[in-house]
Amino acid sequence: MRSRQVALHAVLTIGGLAMLFPFVWMLLTSFKSVRQMLNNPLDWLPDPWRWENYPDALAAMPFGTAYWNSFYIAAINVTLTLLTSAMAAYAFARIRFRGSEVLFVVFLATQMVPAQVTIVPLYLMLAQFGWIDSHLSLIVPSIANPFAVFLLRQFIRAVPVELEEAARIDGAGRWRCFWNVVLPNIRPGLGALGIIAFLASWNSFLFPLIFLNSPELATVPLLLSQFSGGRTAVDYGLILAGSAIAVVPMLIAFLIGQRKIINSMAASGLGGR
Amino acid sequence: MAILTEARPQVARRAKGVRNRDGWWAAFFLGPQLTLLAVFLVFPLGFAVVLAFMRWDGLGQKEWVGLDNFAAQLSDPEFGLAVWNTVKLALLTAPFGLALALLIAVALNSVKGGGFYRVLYFMPVVTSSVAVALMWQIILAGDEHGVLNASLERWFGITGPDWLGDPGWVIVAIAVVTIWSSLGLNVVIFLAGLQTIPPQIVEAARMDGAGSLRIFRSVTLPLLSPTIFFSTVVAVISSFQAFDQIYVLVNPKYNDGARTIVYQVYELGFQDFQFGMSSAAALILLVLTLLVTLVQFAAQKRLVHYDT
Repeated sequence: MRSRQVALHAVLTIGGLAMLFPFVWMLLTSFKSVRQMLNNPLDWLPDPWRWENYPDALAAMPFGTAYWNSFYIAAINVTLTLLTSAMAAYAFARIRFRGSEVLFVVFLATQMVPAQVTIVPLYLMLAQFGWIDSHLSLIVPSIANPFAVFLLRQFIRAVPVELEEAARIDGAGRWRCFWNVVLPNIRPGLGALGIIAFLASWNSFLFPLIFLNSPELATVPLLLSQFSGGRTAVDYGLILAGSAIAVVPMLIAFLIGQRKIINSMAASGLGGR
Repeated sequence: MAILTEARPQVARRAKGVRNRDGWWAAFFLGPQLTLLAVFLVFPLGFAVVLAFMRWDGLGQKEWVGLDNFAAQLSDPEFGLAVWNTVKLALLTAPFGLALALLIAVALNSVKGGGFYRVLYFMPVVTSSVAVALMWQIILAGDEHGVLNASLERWFGITGPDWLGDPGWVIVAIAVVTIWSSLGLNVVIFLAGLQTIPPQIVEAARMDGAGSLRIFRSVTLPLLSPTIFFSTVVAVISSFQAFDQIYVLVNPKYNDGARTIVYQVYELGFQDFQFGMSSAAALILLVLTLLVTLVQFAAQKRLVHYDT
């Protein structure tokens, strides 16, 4: 029994190191000079440590602006997604109206359509709206989220109807029932969904790539991708310093909230993919 | 009796009034999502279908060309290559990625205090796919500067291939990066599935003299099959739709070996401005996705056990 535990830990450790290796390697290499990188790629430790890579990366690319862009886009997106999809979920879970079931099936069906199928028409539409090269193109379309409606409906159905009936007898209207009774009771669902939506918005790449042109509007992933764009005279140290600047704060946030983040993404099944 | 007959019409009237008001409330609560969905998902989908039958560069006249775009795509060797690469990526990513995730989930499930490992495996899932691609781009570099090839050379005397430059290897390299970055998610999904298996069943099998392997094959695997099925569908669909990592790791513009259907949609639409062609390619992707999903659901009837 003991040897079996040892074997299991060995398997998990080897796998874990394989997961960790690229991150550690990125961090260490981000302090190397190009020459060391090219001549001795197998050196683990930087010699000498080039701390300048970080100020250089920050100077080469507007990271501060990109962080702010990514953050506020994700924050507005998450807030509006949570509000509107909780409202729709409430209607599907608690209000009886004609065509409710058909409409719900239509909602679920739209989720099957990959974003790539609608991206050309979406681009043409947003161009008509004058939203190309504007953050509106990243914020508004992604609020439409049938998956969120589906997930929150499940949570609302688990809230006892009696709670709401009691509130209605006390004279509360539909909105108060929704806002003061249902919402506080589906906080775990809202939290899970908020995390998933935040990560999806934060890491999104295809939409910013197509919808944005101005450098000062770039989000973090878009900015990062420009490091690989040249493919000539690449300064690996700088690229990896840039990657570290983009990745490390998110990893720290993940380590702090890891239990909640992992559980919500596992519960939703689909995660951020 | 008298009271009942008197009360009835009143109740009926009230119920009707409530239902009418409910209709308005439903419209109010559904309104925002319904509008957004119609404008940004349903309408563009219809538009995509119409566009697929047109020749249009966004500026000039729209011209109805019937099935020409589809015919052009299906007979274009470049598109054929893209379909083949897309299928190859799915065939590499889904089975190997899921088998690896299953192995790790089973190990994690039978070890005490696995929380630390869970965090390790999950790190790439929350990392931006662009950053992941940049990291791996330098690890997989084909010349003597790539860490992987330098290690192979020094420790095993093997000269590694040019992972990202050789059209024959590039899909393998992309598959490795995809498996690495989605492993954690698959692990926690399998882990959640494993934890719903009642320990009594495993115990009973053990009492009957079943060994670990036998228990895995005859108890764990069947009971986990709905989860495995779900993950397979998701893995295939998401590898069909992969774009970010491919675009950053190896721009398929410079290496045909990395050309996938989604890249084709992107290039036709946003580099060549052939909106009709791009939409046709996108619709072919949609049909392919639906076909594969249908096949998987058909296979599910034989392989998946839903009764405990």
